Amino acid sequence: MKPRTWEVIVTHAILLLASAATLYPVLWVLKLALTEGGQLGSDASLIPIPSHPSMANFVAFVTVRDFNGNPLFLYQLGNSLLVSATAAFIGLVFALTSSYAYSRFVFTGRKAGPRLMLISQMFPAVVTAVPLLIILDALGLFGTTAGLVLIYATGAVPFCIWMLKGFFDTLPRELDESARLDGAGHWMIFTRIMLPLVRPGLAVTALFSFMTAWNEFIMASIFIDDATRYTLPVTLQQLVGGFDPDWGMFAAGSLLLSLPVVLVFYLVQRHLVAGLTSGAVKG
Amino acid sequence: MAESLPLVFEGVEKRFGQTVVLSGVDFSTEPGEFIVLVGPSGCGKSTLLRCVAGLETISRGRIMAGDRVLNHLPPQDRGVGMVFQSYALYPHMTVAQNLAFPLLVRKASTSEQERVVADVAAMLGLEPLLRRYPRQISGGQRQRVAIGRCLVRKPEIYCFDEPLSNLDAALRAQIRVDIKNLQRRLRKTTLYVTHDQVEAMTLADRIVVLDKGIVQQIGSPEELYTRPANRFVARFIGTPSMNLVRGQVAHGMFSSGELKVRVARPDGPLVLGVRVEDVQILGGPGAAEPGAGEDPVVVPARIAVIEPVGESGYLHLDVAGAALEGDVQPGAPGSGSRHLLVASVPGRAVFSYSLGQDVSIRLNPRRCRAFHPESGAALSVDSGGDA
Ligand SMILES: Nc1ncnc2c1ncn2[C@@H]1O[C@H](COP(=O)(O)OP(=O)(O)O)[C@@H](O)[C@H]1O
Ligand SMILES: [Mg+2]
Repeated sequence: MKPRTWEVIVTHAILLLASAATLYPVLWVLKLALTEGGQLGSDASLIPIPSHPSMANFVAFVTVRDFNGNPLFLYQLGNSLLVSATAAFIGLVFALTSSYAYSRFVFTGRKAGPRLMLISQMFPAVVTAVPLLIILDALGLFGTTAGLVLIYATGAVPFCIWMLKGFFDTLPRELDESARLDGAGHWMIFTRIMLPLVRPGLAVTALFSFMTAWNEFIMASIFIDDATRYTLPVTLQQLVGGFDPDWGMFAAGSLLLSLPVVLVFYLVQRHLVAGLTSGAVKG
Repeated sequence: MAESLPLVFEGVEKRFGQTVVLSGVDFSTEPGEFIVLVGPSGCGKSTLLRCVAGLETISRGRIMAGDRVLNHLPPQDRGVGMVFQSYALYPHMTVAQNLAFPLLVRKASTSEQERVVADVAAMLGLEPLLRRYPRQISGGQRQRVAIGRCLVRKPEIYCFDEPLSNLDAALRAQIRVDIKNLQRRLRKTTLYVTHDQVEAMTLADRIVVLDKGIVQQIGSPEELYTRPANRFVARFIGTPSMNLVRGQVAHGMFSSGELKVRVARPDGPLVLGVRVEDVQILGGPGAAEPGAGEDPVVVPARIAVIEPVGESGYLHLDVAGAALEGDVQPGAPGSGSRHLLVASVPGRAVFSYSLGQDVSIRLNPRRCRAFHPESGAALSVDSGGDA
C-alpha cells in the first residue's frame, strides 16, 4: 500500500528531528576541532559552524613530539592498531573452534560454559585490574604492549565465543547432518560448510572486539606509563586531564580516533546484511 | 546394478531421556522395496529415519541392512542417503558444487566429479542450473538438487523425510512421479515419510502406519484400506476416513440408533467400520441395487451436508440415534461432521441431491469391518469378507 502524504510528512519530520538531535553534539565536536585554541563554554552561539575554520588542532595533534623528538601520534596510532587488531585476531582464532564446539557437540558443560563467559562480561573491567596487575608483573609483562594485548585478547575470547556461538546456532542442523551423510568429517564440515556460512558473523564479531580494544582506556592507562607505548585513548585523556585542558585538540583527536571505526563499519556493512544463508532451507 | 539390500528392524526402541519416541519397531523390508511411513505429526517418523541414517543412536534393538548391523556404524559408513524436508543444500555452493560435494569429500578426481555430476544432472534435468546458487532456483528445483546429491552418494538405502511438503500441489504431483520412476529404475530399498495420503498410496509397495512410536500396521495400500488392523488405521488411512459407528450386536444384527446392518458377530458392544463408498444410497442416481437373494436392511437418513469435490461427491447423512466417532484428520473432504455418516456418490450425481432430503440407505454388509470397542483391534467378521 502506498503511504499517504501526511504519513510521509510526519515520518520524515520525526526522522529529521531524531537525526538533528543525534548529529548536533557531533557537529559541535567538529566545530571545536576546527576552531584554533577553541575552549569549552567560550562560545555562546547555538549554531555549530566554525567562524574561522582551521586545521591547526588536527595538525597539532598529529605532529606532537616528545622531548626525544619521537612522533608520538604515529607511535600511538601504531600501538592502538597493533593492540586492537591482535586482540581481535587472537579472540577470533580461539573462539572459532570453541564456539563451534559449544554450538554443535554434546559434552558436559556445553550449557554452563557460555553462561560463565557471559557472566564474566558483566563485571566492570576495573574489578580485574589488581589481579591482572599481579599476573602481568609475575610474567614480566607489566608496562609492555604485549601485556596489554594479553589483557585485551583474554577479554575478547569469551565475548567472541558468545557471539560466534549465536551465529553457528542459526545455521540449520540439516546442513551438517547432510554433510556427515556425504562423508565429511568434523574438520571438513567446519572448514567447508560452517566457516563460509558464518562469515558475516565473523566480520561482526571481529569488528566489535576490535572496537572494544580500540576504545579501551582504563586498562591502558593503568598498565602503560611510557608515552611512546600509549594507545590513542590514553593520549586523549591526557590532553584534558591536566590544569590546562586543550579541548580543541581533544575534539580533533576524538574525531581522528573514530575515523577507523567508521571506515571499518562502512567496509563490513555488506556482511551485516542478512540473507547469505537464504536458500539453504525451504523455498 | 548391485543387488539391493533389505532393511531389517529388530525391536528398535528410541528414547530421549525419559521420553519413549519409538518402541518395539519390528519389521523387515524386501530388497528394493518402497516403504512409506505415515502417521500423525510427532509420532516418530523422522526419528526412525534418523536412526537408520545414523544421525541418532537407537536405545535398544538392531537395525540391519542385509546382514550388516548398522547400530554402531557412523553415518557415512551406513550406505544410507537422506533427502531432508528442508533440502539442506549448501547455500554458498553452486548446484554443481552441491552435487559434487560427496565426491569431493571422497577425494574423487576432478574428471570423475564432472562426469558424475553431468550424469546426475542429465537424469534430473538440472543441466541449465548447474552454475546457479540454491537461492537462485525454485523450490522444486532445489528438491531435485537435493535428490541428485543423494544419488551421487550411491547409497544402498534411500530415506526421504517429507520431501515434497514445501512444494505446491502441481509440482508435488510431478516430482512424486519422478521419484517413483527413479526408484523403479534404481531398485534400492527406500523409506519415505509423508503425511499426504495420495503420496503414500501411489508410491508405496507397503505402508507402515506409526502412532505414538508404535507400528500400527504394515501392508500394501490395498490391505490397509480394506483390512485396517485397528481403529486408528481405519480412521487414518483413506480420505475421507472410514465411518466408525459405536453400537450393539443382537442376534446377528448390529444397531446404533436407526442404523442397522447384519454382521456375523456374537452379541455385545461393537465398533463397526464402513467406507464411504460402501454406504449405498438406494433409488438415487448412480446407486447400486442390493444383490438378489440378499436381505437388505434399509435405513432412513436425511442429507445434512453436500460436498461436491470433483470426480466424486460426499453426502453427510443424519441417521437418527447413530453414534459416530470423531475425525482423525479434520479439514479433509468428507470430514468435519462428527455425528454424520459420510457416503460417497459419483461426481455429477451429487448435484441431484438437495439438503434436507430424506433418503434410504444401506450399508454393504460384506464390506463392513468390526473393531473391539475398547482395544480398537480389528475383529473377524466371518460373513464372507471382501466382495
Ligand atoms: N532430539 C530430541 N530430543 C527430544 N525429543 C525429541 C528429539 N527429536 C524428536 N523428539 C521428539 O520425538 C517425537 C517424534 O518426533 P519426530 O520423529 O520428529 O516426529 P514426526 O517426524 O513423526 O513428526 C516428538 O515428540 C519430538 O518432540
Ligand atoms: Mg518429521
